[in-house]
Amino acid sequence: MTTALLENTSRDELWPGPVIDCDVHANVPSLEALFPYMSRHWIAWCTERGWHGPVGGVNLAYPPGSDRSCRPEWRPADRPPASDLGLLQQHVLDPWRVERAILTCYYAVDALRHPDWAAALTRAVNDWLVAEWLDRDPRLVGTLVIPARDPAAMIEEIHRVGDHPGFVQVLLPVRHAALWGQRQFHPVFQAMAEHGLVAGLHFGGVTTDAPSSSGYSSYYVEEYAAEWQSFTAQVTSLVSEGVFQVCPELRVSVLEGGFAWLPVWGWRMDKEWKGLRREVPWLDRRPLEIIRDHMRFSVAPADLGTREQTATVLEWLGSDDMLMFATDYPHGYDDDIAGLLAAAPPSMRPRLMAGTARDWYRL
Amino acid sequence: MSGRYVVARAADIPEGGRVLVEVGGRQVGVFNVGGSFYGLINRCPHKGAEMCKGNVVAGLTSARPGEFDYDEDTALLMCPWHGWEFDVRTGRSWFDPRTRLRTYDVEVTGADRLEGVPRAGRVPGPYTAETVEVCVEDEYVVVDLRKARKAAQTGEGR
Ligand code: FES
Repeated sequence: MTTALLENTSRDELWPGPVIDCDVHANVPSLEALFPYMSRHWIAWCTERGWHGPVGGVNLAYPPGSDRSCRPEWRPADRPPASDLGLLQQHVLDPWRVERAILTCYYAVDALRHPDWAAALTRAVNDWLVAEWLDRDPRLVGTLVIPARDPAAMIEEIHRVGDHPGFVQVLLPVRHAALWGQRQFHPVFQAMAEHGLVAGLHFGGVTTDAPSSSGYSSYYVEEYAAEWQSFTAQVTSLVSEGVFQVCPELRVSVLEGGFAWLPVWGWRMDKEWKGLRREVPWLDRRPLEIIRDHMRFSVAPADLGTREQTATVLEWLGSDDMLMFATDYPHGYDDDIAGLLAAAPPSMRPRLMAGTARDWYRL
Repeated sequence: MSGRYVVARAADIPEGGRVLVEVGGRQVGVFNVGGSFYGLINRCPHKGAEMCKGNVVAGLTSARPGEFDYDEDTALLMCPWHGWEFDVRTGRSWFDPRTRLRTYDVEVTGADRLEGVPRAGRVPGPYTAETVEVCVEDEYVVVDLRKARKAAQTGEGR
């Protein structure tokens, strides 16, 4: 059986061993789908206003009609992409015969400024994820969402659902009003570590700030192609602010952020650290070493070059354990998984396809 | 060559002070840290900056963000080019103890024991040592190039 990503190769020809997909997505089909998970007060809050959900937020990160937001093969006729467990099973879980898949729902709850409504909608999304996805397919584990403008409310939600066995991760939108490494968020990371949850730094996020440090871009392609700047800013912040000294057991996954930039970022950080480390004296070793211990990266999208160039980048990562396979369902890229596997050393392939994610998420 | 050179009168290098001299074809910085003298080559093992013109700063470490252990018993020489820190006493780099500045033995001795010991030449610049005139009643700082250690060879610093 072939799937969209596999093109003309069969799953077994591509990779006969186990597969863990570390980044598949669930989309909330409509606000009404969340009503069973809201109190009557909040349902009335929506219906009285005719409010239909943080649509602008989701659609900023993922323009609804774009093939980047959903591969044509995965686009259902009658409902939003990836909005139903049956679709996910049919498109990814079954044909890829995944051992496990890690489900993430970006519903732009971080767009809401009403503190109580943001927390209520967050709870509804998490309860919907549990009831309609995680509890219905044992291959799925998930990412809980948090009201990302309010550290106290984030912690409350982590404590409320963080021990559900289906949740292994907390969603941190990469575009955020503040850099995630800053002190105000340290207790949030401590709460994640307390519940054994991975911090999932993920594409998307709604802030009043522009996606680039020099204002808004003119075109979607600019924003889309340059989002890795937001990832490097967040990764630099997490490392420099000493989050991993505060939470030595914290794990961070970088999802939908690429990985080819990592070695070059690491060289620069390692170099600057040698001369500027007095400013951040809690950094007692090279930043890239800290990253190797505390971060993993999904391979979709992958910034691949030729086979030789890709092999070089993989070697620069300095470890077989940095990368985790992902389809990024239903998002569409031209990623050549076969090419990536061919460029990877044989010792890395089983780690990349399943082993690293299995260990990282303790599956 | 004898390997030993008079570099200054001890009184001319106050605590926290330094002189930069040319001895045996090499530029050497002699630092007074807490009343003891230390000799270091004036060449950073990274890219060759004039190391001994860098700032001397205290040790600074931290167990976690917001906590600072400012240690004035440690003296670190910061390279003026890229800021690498080296322990003035041992020559070791802070971030990688295998990276070292070459160190030289320095002794303080009376004028009566300087018979035949040559004087260091001067190096232009802010830390120049004047040509040393030896007077019997003074103590002198003598650097010993024979005990120079190579950066990567030695396991333990002094
Ligand atoms: S030359 Fe001294 S740190 Fe680069």
